[in-house]
Amino acid sequence: MEAVERNKPKLAVWKFASCDGCQLSLLDCEDELLALTENIQIANFVEASREVLPGPYNLSLVEGSITTAQDLTRIQQIRAQSNYLVAIGACATAGGIQALRNFKDVKEFINIVYAHPSYIDTLATSTAIAEHVNVDFELRGCPINKQQLLEVIKAFLHRRKPNIPSYSVCIECKRRGNPCVMVMGKPCLGPVTHAGCGAICPSYQRGCYGCFGPMGNTEYERAGRLVITKRDAPEGLGALTSRFQCKFACFQRRKR
Amino acid sequence: MNPENKTRTIKVDYLARVEGEGALYLKIQEGKLEEVQLKIFEPPRFFEGFLRGRHFSEAPDITARICGICPIAYQMSAVHAIENAFNITIGGALRDLRRLVYCGEWISSHALHIFMLHAPDFLGYESAIHMAKDFPEKVEQGLQLKKVGGMLMSLVGGREIHPINIRVGGFYRAPSKQELQTLVPALKQAREDALETVRWVSSFNFPDFEQHYTFISLRHENEYPMNEGRIVSNHGLSISASEFDDYFEEIHVAHTNALHCVLKVDHHPYHVGPMARYALNFDRLPEPIQWEAKQAGLERICRNPFKSIIVRAIEVRYACEEALRIIDTYTAPAVSFVEIEPKPAIGYAVTEAPRGILYHRYQIDGEGDIVDCDIIPPTSQNQKMIEKDLKQFVPRYLKLSDERLQWYAEQAIRNYDPCISCATHFLKLNVDRS
Repeated sequence: MEAVERNKPKLAVWKFASCDGCQLSLLDCEDELLALTENIQIANFVEASREVLPGPYNLSLVEGSITTAQDLTRIQQIRAQSNYLVAIGACATAGGIQALRNFKDVKEFINIVYAHPSYIDTLATSTAIAEHVNVDFELRGCPINKQQLLEVIKAFLHRRKPNIPSYSVCIECKRRGNPCVMVMGKPCLGPVTHAGCGAICPSYQRGCYGCFGPMGNTEYERAGRLVITKRDAPEGLGALTSRFQCKFACFQRRKR
Repeated sequence: MNPENKTRTIKVDYLARVEGEGALYLKIQEGKLEEVQLKIFEPPRFFEGFLRGRHFSEAPDITARICGICPIAYQMSAVHAIENAFNITIGGALRDLRRLVYCGEWISSHALHIFMLHAPDFLGYESAIHMAKDFPEKVEQGLQLKKVGGMLMSLVGGREIHPINIRVGGFYRAPSKQELQTLVPALKQAREDALETVRWVSSFNFPDFEQHYTFISLRHENEYPMNEGRIVSNHGLSISASEFDDYFEEIHVAHTNALHCVLKVDHHPYHVGPMARYALNFDRLPEPIQWEAKQAGLERICRNPFKSIIVRAIEVRYACEEALRIIDTYTAPAVSFVEIEPKPAIGYAVTEAPRGILYHRYQIDGEGDIVDCDIIPPTSQNQKMIEKDLKQFVPRYLKLSDERLQWYAEQAIRNYDPCISCATHFLKLNVDRS
């Protein structure tokens, strides 16, 4: 039994600044979780287990963005112990919603939230994992899609490329047979947004608000302007493209 | 060596099986517990900061991102606070749908905690995955229960993490009765599994540890509380959400660098969450569930935090029952949301997140933009209570080895299902990993 455990590939899950939702996606694989642990050893997943096994790890899943000096060091250590490193979710791949600080003076935010700003030790920016270490794959989404997460884990353990489509939400939406919400006059970022969610917003009669970020590395607001012309979103297009994937937004045009 | 004659320090640098990043520090000198620190080193994310200047319609999507475990709670407190600002009350089927989606989050979040995070402590396993080797059918049952909660959130909310269907005024799309009915068989099974869970967890060994808590929860005139009700305590408090700031305050405690919520009147900590809800609303549970709780060894008030696992199981049982009741009586509404005209106003709401009361306040201008807001999650409110529990609990077990004592202390923290990701966006903290 012990020998079998030792021969299994080791999976590690790491957290940086985040909401915990993307690593929760692994525990949300209710039908697959136990089968998965028959084939891999969960060697470091603090949210789920007290047991922490030493590296090296065959695959590290990294959630969250880099926002403190300590975390700058920690991500280097994790990279050094990991054969493959996959960044999961908008925080790890684009800095997350907390990257809104990158476009303002972080002191302004600290003063709003905290009564004693001097206690806060934080970097002025919130940045993606790939800005600090080599990342083998980026899985998009706020949150990630759990079926895509399983595909990524399987692909890396079998040393093949993950089958994650890079087309737009529009394709997923058409496949679901949804009537186009833009025809109904609702602003929708679907045509310029990376697929992966399964086009859930249009399926709920709502325009896409871009949880998976732009398809490719386009300047999101400019791309969005091409598709949102008839009626602006009540919050403004700038606000729509500057939330969870704000790294890609164009901030020069933002009114605020 | 006699352990009573030396200084022992127990440090847990990274607490396991809690949501987010926290650490524990115990200092024991000459056989006496000298210091307890529950440290939070999760980096701050400044949500109240970047909500300023945003349109009110963005609040449910943005605040959901505070926590991937309880996004519905954030969305519910946000929509109710903003509707409160505009004097709008959502009734009928839309109100029922909100309660239904909250049932899904209670089931999913509680099942996660019961089976994956808490039960392994009672049975001596490092994790549920380790536990599955000896109790495969129990872990499987837990995962299936959790899944049913997720299915409910996915159907009503669009997806289980950061749902997309919740908006101020209602929903983007109201599901049809037929859609909801597809969940009935799974919910009926979950209802039975929940009862088995109540019986299973009540058979665990519990340390004898009764505390005299000040419990705080919502109380509604005829329902077990979720989205509505007055904030009440077991010491006679009864206030509305708009009075929250008058009765509760955050004080700075030097040794933790963290803000603790206390009652203004006596600066005492208080207890929020399933045990508080249960103690203050036992009479709002259906009679058969009251009876099942008694059969499981619970009194009308449970004062042993280790037994919170039984109370969570009772709440899962209730949430399954309530979800089935709502689906049974549901008729899809004619419109899925109420249109809202913004005006300058302030709104408040408290709802019952799985971990306890979650307070939101929004000040909104005439354009509908958020001028200022305040969010107080349950874990921030429980943090001082957790430390107080540790101060009472740890001294009883000082004879244990460091390893055993550490595990017991961790378990005492996990009694509260702390969600540190939630707590952090407002805690004052020094990021110190030493």
